[in-house]
Amino acid sequence: MARPAAVEINKPKPQRVLPGFGLTLGYTMVYLSLLVLIPLSAVFIRSLGLGWGHFWDVVTAPRVTASLRLSFGASLIAALINVVFGLIVAWVLVRYTFPFKRLIDAIVDLPFALPTAVAGIALTALYAPNGWLGMWLKPLGINVAFTPLGIVVALTFIGLPFVVRTLQPVLEDLDREVEQAAATLGASAAQAFVRVILPALWPALLTGFALAFARAVGEYGSVIFIAGNMPMKSEIAPLLIVTKLEQYDYAGATAIAVVMLVLSFALMFGINALQHWALSRHGGR
Amino acid sequence: MAAAEARSDAGRAAPGRLLLIAAALLFLGLFLVLPLLAVFAQALAKGVGAYFIAIADPNAWASVKLTLTVAAIAVPFNLVFGVAAAWAIAKFDFRGKNTLITLIDLPFAVSPVIAGLIFILLFGSHGWFGGYLKVHHIRVVFAVPGIVLATIFVTFPFIARELIPVMQAQGKDDEETALSLGATGWQTFWRVTLPNIRWGLMYGVLLCNARAMGEFGAVSVVSGHIRGLTNTMPLHVEILYNEYNYTAAFAVASLLALLALLTLVGKSFLEWRQPELRHAVAPARDRTRREKT
Repeated sequence: MARPAAVEINKPKPQRVLPGFGLTLGYTMVYLSLLVLIPLSAVFIRSLGLGWGHFWDVVTAPRVTASLRLSFGASLIAALINVVFGLIVAWVLVRYTFPFKRLIDAIVDLPFALPTAVAGIALTALYAPNGWLGMWLKPLGINVAFTPLGIVVALTFIGLPFVVRTLQPVLEDLDREVEQAAATLGASAAQAFVRVILPALWPALLTGFALAFARAVGEYGSVIFIAGNMPMKSEIAPLLIVTKLEQYDYAGATAIAVVMLVLSFALMFGINALQHWALSRHGGR
Repeated sequence: MAAAEARSDAGRAAPGRLLLIAAALLFLGLFLVLPLLAVFAQALAKGVGAYFIAIADPNAWASVKLTLTVAAIAVPFNLVFGVAAAWAIAKFDFRGKNTLITLIDLPFAVSPVIAGLIFILLFGSHGWFGGYLKVHHIRVVFAVPGIVLATIFVTFPFIARELIPVMQAQGKDDEETALSLGATGWQTFWRVTLPNIRWGLMYGVLLCNARAMGEFGAVSVVSGHIRGLTNTMPLHVEILYNEYNYTAAFAVASLLALLALLTLVGKSFLEWRQPELRHAVAPARDRTRREKT
């Protein structure tokens, strides 16, 4: 990452010796268009048919804004939790040795492999008032299952590997001599972490945060079981889309989908730009 | 390297290190291990007999069959696409390459529910092609084709994004040598490229398959939930759970959890065979950038 770019040797190379460029690129474009681009554009084109007034009425309805606020808010909290604990997990896995490390490293990917519906019912069973964890939390007055807190728990589960797996390679590449130099110059461990390690991790932390956040905003399967799904309180935006579809309110479902897509794409774009800026600022040492 | 690591470990303050390890293990235990254990505990809560009765139910079997069928169609489709896209992107230079890579990753930024919705808008009774399909008595939505389409959409980037960095790292010297020795394009692909990328290919297929079999949101929107006909395993879990038939729900869920564990074992094996495959979460765009620098 921080290495200077290799000098390109501009030797005259033969033009396209390998065959299959037209075939593979053509196939890629056709397949991408048919299965992703054209279907996705259907959402935007259908929403144009609604007319601005109708569209605005749908997306500013209190139930819709409440669900969008909940989806994006809970995803933000979950992604922040994952940034903190993901950093600790990645750090421990890269820097320290302890028993069963390989096994623990492998289990970090569980949320990628475990179907979301299974995660959803398992978390609900754990945090329900009579569950393994819920029975201890209930006397403390903490209700997780069937509240927004449960949504945060499910979204934290879903997002964890994104942060850990983006941080690990950067931590492995991190030059320890710089830390040792900081220590020699009298920096405490905390100072060395804040001044030397954290600046190098920013771009990866941002990427991990963005990936976890983006995944959480659209998440459906793991959330609906634990959320309780009360309109205005614990109803996420994807669930509201499903509810509208079940009522044959295609216009309403499409309008919410467009708002979610635009917000997600804008956010990814913004974080990409931020990451670019961070890379150009801290990347070149 | 390992010795230096040990020395620097020993040099660090031990209490801080133990605290961090404890925090990491506690977090992973609470958030990952406990839910996994809960699935099996709940599935076996009423004994092994009840567990096997739940799994042997005809509707459960129908859902297993449908899940296998859908994955068996969706994964090969994305496999062919992944190989073609990686060949074009990794072996050739052309304008708009970065845009293309970003577009391939696009389905990951789309909520699964919206992935289902777009196929309703296209093929549903009020959709663009709804009239045509009705006249010709073709069912897409609330039938197996819709489930397959939604699954292909949500698993679209998996294989391509594994193969692009792998093929880029491989370069094109091997292929050019084979061609200069007189091999045809197809021979070069089958005998040179494919063996070179086989671990990356299997890695992509493994991850794609896990998601295809476990997909819930997108499939839920297009399936129509017709028991025994359009219920995949995750949808069957939901139905059983909503009927308060917890033992049966967790029994079917435990099969999916076993699949997840097998996926993790396979993933670890492939990462052991080819360490560069690790850290496959980052967007393909970022990883290709890393390859270049």
